[in-house]
Amino acid sequence: MKRAVENLLETAGRALSELGDDPKALDRARVRFLGRKGELAQLFKQLGQVDEQDRREAGRVLNEAKAELEALFLKALDKNRDLAAAERPTIDVSVPGRRPPRGRLHPITQTAAEICRIFNWLGFETVEGPEIELDYYNFEALNIPKDHPARDMQDTFYISEDVVLRTHTSPLQVRTMEKRTPPVRVIAPGRTYRRDSDVTHTPMFHQVEGLMVGKGISFGDLKGILTTFVHQMFGQNVALRFRPSFFPFTEPSAEVDIECVMCRGKGCRVCKGTGWLEILGSGMVDPQVYTYVGYDPEEITGFAFGMGIERIAMLKYGIDDLRLFFENDLRFLQQF
Amino acid sequence: MLISLDWLSDYVDCPLSTERIAEGLTMAGLEVESISLRHPQLKNVVVARIEGVQPHPNADRLKICLVRAGQSQTDNLLRIVCGAPNARPGMVAPLALPGAELPGGLVREAKVRGQLSAGMLCSQKELGLGEDHGGLWALSEELTAGTPLDEALGIKDVLMEIGITPNRGDCLSIMGIAREVAALCKKTASYPAIGLKEAGPPVASLASVTVDDPEGCPRYAARVIRGLKIGPSPAWLKNRVEAVGVRSINNVVDVTNFVMMELGQPLHAFDFNRLRGRRIVVRKAVAGERFTTLDSVERLLSEGTVMICDGEGPVAIGGVMGGLNSEIGPDTCEVLLESAYFDPVSIRRTSRRLGLKTEASYRFERGTDPEGVLRALDRAAALMVEVAGGEISTGRIDVYPSPIKGSEILLRVGKVNSLLGTGLTIDQMRGLLELIEMRVDKVGPDLLGVGVPGFRSDITREIDLIEEVARLSGYDDIPVTSPTACVRAADCDPCQMVRSALKDLLVGAGFFEVINYSFISSDATRMLGYVEESASLVSIRVKNPISDEQAVMRTTLLPGLLNNARYNIDHRSENFKIFELSKVFLPAKEGLQAEETHHLAGIMAGKRMSMALYGEGDVDFYDAKGVVEHVCAFLRIDEPRFRAGELPPWLDPSSSASVYVKDQRVGEVGRVHCQVEQSFDLKRAVFAFRLDFDRLFSLRGPLPVYSALPKFPPVPRDLALIADEKLAVEEPLEFIRSLEEPLIESLEIFDIFKSDQIGAGKKSIGYRLTYRAADRSLTDEEVNKVHGRLIEKLTAKFAVSLR
Repeated sequence: MKRAVENLLETAGRALSELGDDPKALDRARVRFLGRKGELAQLFKQLGQVDEQDRREAGRVLNEAKAELEALFLKALDKNRDLAAAERPTIDVSVPGRRPPRGRLHPITQTAAEICRIFNWLGFETVEGPEIELDYYNFEALNIPKDHPARDMQDTFYISEDVVLRTHTSPLQVRTMEKRTPPVRVIAPGRTYRRDSDVTHTPMFHQVEGLMVGKGISFGDLKGILTTFVHQMFGQNVALRFRPSFFPFTEPSAEVDIECVMCRGKGCRVCKGTGWLEILGSGMVDPQVYTYVGYDPEEITGFAFGMGIERIAMLKYGIDDLRLFFENDLRFLQQF
Repeated sequence: MLISLDWLSDYVDCPLSTERIAEGLTMAGLEVESISLRHPQLKNVVVARIEGVQPHPNADRLKICLVRAGQSQTDNLLRIVCGAPNARPGMVAPLALPGAELPGGLVREAKVRGQLSAGMLCSQKELGLGEDHGGLWALSEELTAGTPLDEALGIKDVLMEIGITPNRGDCLSIMGIAREVAALCKKTASYPAIGLKEAGPPVASLASVTVDDPEGCPRYAARVIRGLKIGPSPAWLKNRVEAVGVRSINNVVDVTNFVMMELGQPLHAFDFNRLRGRRIVVRKAVAGERFTTLDSVERLLSEGTVMICDGEGPVAIGGVMGGLNSEIGPDTCEVLLESAYFDPVSIRRTSRRLGLKTEASYRFERGTDPEGVLRALDRAAALMVEVAGGEISTGRIDVYPSPIKGSEILLRVGKVNSLLGTGLTIDQMRGLLELIEMRVDKVGPDLLGVGVPGFRSDITREIDLIEEVARLSGYDDIPVTSPTACVRAADCDPCQMVRSALKDLLVGAGFFEVINYSFISSDATRMLGYVEESASLVSIRVKNPISDEQAVMRTTLLPGLLNNARYNIDHRSENFKIFELSKVFLPAKEGLQAEETHHLAGIMAGKRMSMALYGEGDVDFYDAKGVVEHVCAFLRIDEPRFRAGELPPWLDPSSSASVYVKDQRVGEVGRVHCQVEQSFDLKRAVFAFRLDFDRLFSLRGPLPVYSALPKFPPVPRDLALIADEKLAVEEPLEFIRSLEEPLIESLEIFDIFKSDQIGAGKKSIGYRLTYRAADRSLTDEEVNKVHGRLIEKLTAKFAVSLR
């Protein structure tokens, strides 16, 4: 039996090597060896005549031979297919594909979404508020009374004596705390307005405000959350610093500078040679603000922060002209 | 605030380098915005001695000067070509060496008429230090050749521009910054010594001061100086005030400015002889009062403005600006010097109402030091006599009926550390606060009593002291921690999530998102074809817009999008789909709060496919309608209805529709009216859609409920009707739906066409129906029966025939 099997394999191998490129010849060979009445099948039939003690071994040999034969034919078939395909006329694969349409989100939207996503991971809920805002929320309740020099920091569009276009997203701090009991953790993106229009200012721009308030929240926590944010947004190796500053509704207040992303802190035109870029303002919520919303400043502490989305988008994408954001030139929008 | 480091060094001896001082101030909250040389043009300019003068071989008017510009006698003499008439041997003059950047340009080694010149001997004007251009600037012959000129003249200085936040009025002076620099290097700043000598009659016998408005002017002090002579300021004084950007006027005025810059206390000098009645009365202005200020502008005063008057009328707007009628002039020989403390809020109000900001008002509205009034008065009086002669009358007037008490604040050590997340000891805190001249007492094991000096009027509460501790110990030293607040997942607002997902949907459909300003031209609604403001378009006006183009809050997104379309078509991007999903603004229905609601609008133009290779013609109404259907389907709104008519004027009525959901109007879609295209200067036809997003959102469908997948095969049947071409294809569709035949699973239109065979005025509509039963395979017979009945009903209902 074993002999017969070896013979068969040898004959089959020879037959295949002598086939040439004719697919029909391959087919005939397959029928001859592997067909239902082929030579292998004949051998299987003889299995019944083998002595009982050897039958098991013979079966194994036959099955192995079958697998080997099949593999041989498969290989021959593949070779044959390749040859056949090479002869058929082919398509020009260099013709552009029929691409499904695809637009883009505005880079401001993309940047805001990325900022919010980072804070959402940190447990901040996204909230929104009115853009036509009451003087009370935009200024008064943020500890910026009328006739306070801090009002000079922002040139305001007025709708009426008591109604303004919000100059920052900070009114959301008051609106949120008014509605909720601590702990509060929110992030608020949106449009803001200042009466300023030149190369580096547009009368409308975007900010993201953040607020985290509860028991036992410290300035160290402010540093912790904002450090996490900066590292997520700009990379783990970006250096940052917290620099004392002044906002009427936070105390102590801090500007956050990051190492210039253009020159890596060496000093260049973008960072005006300082190696640092100011990217957000922050601070511990001033106790005065708590009194407006009915929180007890002895019990509740927390921090707030705000950043300009355009500024961050400009740094992220290397955009050097603020006005591009609002021209909506498709050649610009297509790049993001 | 511009600070001269040379001036600063009069009050604090700081061993740190300029860069370290700048870094230290910045990290203490006083942001150093720039550092520059006082006279950058004097770099590479040195003192030179002319040793010999030779004629120039090729020019009569030029000379060749042999110049010594190094200190050593062995140095080679430099050959400098020079045209100045006054050049002579032995003269000492400034020499600009190659590389010097003078106001007139860069100095190079160059040939002048064939003769090499190793630099340029200069006049005062050429150096930007004066107007004299008569010849070389003859310097003192005592000066050593080779010395840098700024050093030799004692005007070498570095300037720092410091951004002062509104709370730090105390830093609007050299002294204020000196205190901060002293704190940086753990030293003490020293105040200027005042060598004041009084003489002559007591001041009370010469002048009197009455304060009728003690709220507006809590303190008013004055001195009288007699016998002084107005003239130019001495060089040191001129140099000081000019270093910080103040124009030198005369010795008396310069002294008042010098002391203001030095100590932060604005002063005013009146010509004493022009004060009628030789008295000062401080009172509130009455409504309608007029007054001409120093700048020769007549100003209308509002009631309550603090006015400084003499015996007959106003002579100054208190704390803001003096008057023309009592100004120091060349003949002034007696001066009444005012040093006062004004209420910050009152000054700010006045300055804002008058639109008049001065160095004085800037400081008063940020809070000056009521306790520093006399020091500044005495300092200025002493300096005046020093530079203008005369004598200071004995004594001073000081009207201060209710002294302002400095704050006394308790500081809890525990509170500081818990708020900051630090572990500072009580002694560390005390040390830090003492650095900035606070009086600190330990009043308990965990409690400090802090007396705040008068110049820090911004510090009134414990939190203000906590900030000082934080800033002085350094924000860098506060450890970075993670909040220990309880873990709670952030909620999310479904409307916001849907807006975000909808934007993604449109982007996936080839749309680009645009962001336009929320304000539009007051003309925009007219350009959209509205004759007058219809009820839904009454818009909110901005009271103080930058331009008419941005004067009203938008009630529709269309103007912005149409402008974007024009812009892009003009820039040769002619095939586009753009959208904006954002707010529009309507006047408040009640109260003050305006109504803000989200709209979604878009514009499509040009080719349907962006790839030219696969272009399939231009976008049309059905593309725009398809987007609206796509949006509705996304919101699980089954059947938006499109009706011709009831259109806004910006749409072309022949190919536009209004959109309804559940009988509520939610928007419109169609071709933009050709007149609007003209108004917006659009060079191509565009299609637009507009949807009230918030309303649409409120109409959105519920979450889908799963139904089991069918087990039995569908049976399709087509149905071609020939109908009048005016019949809306949807009508038969609706009719079939209304029959609620349970075996009909779905129904769609598969073709619409007209042909000669069908006949004029007719069209063929092909409907494909799919029949299926949930519990069995349908037989042809069964389907034919239902289908036949359906055809009977259709032909009975509509004037149609089967094709």
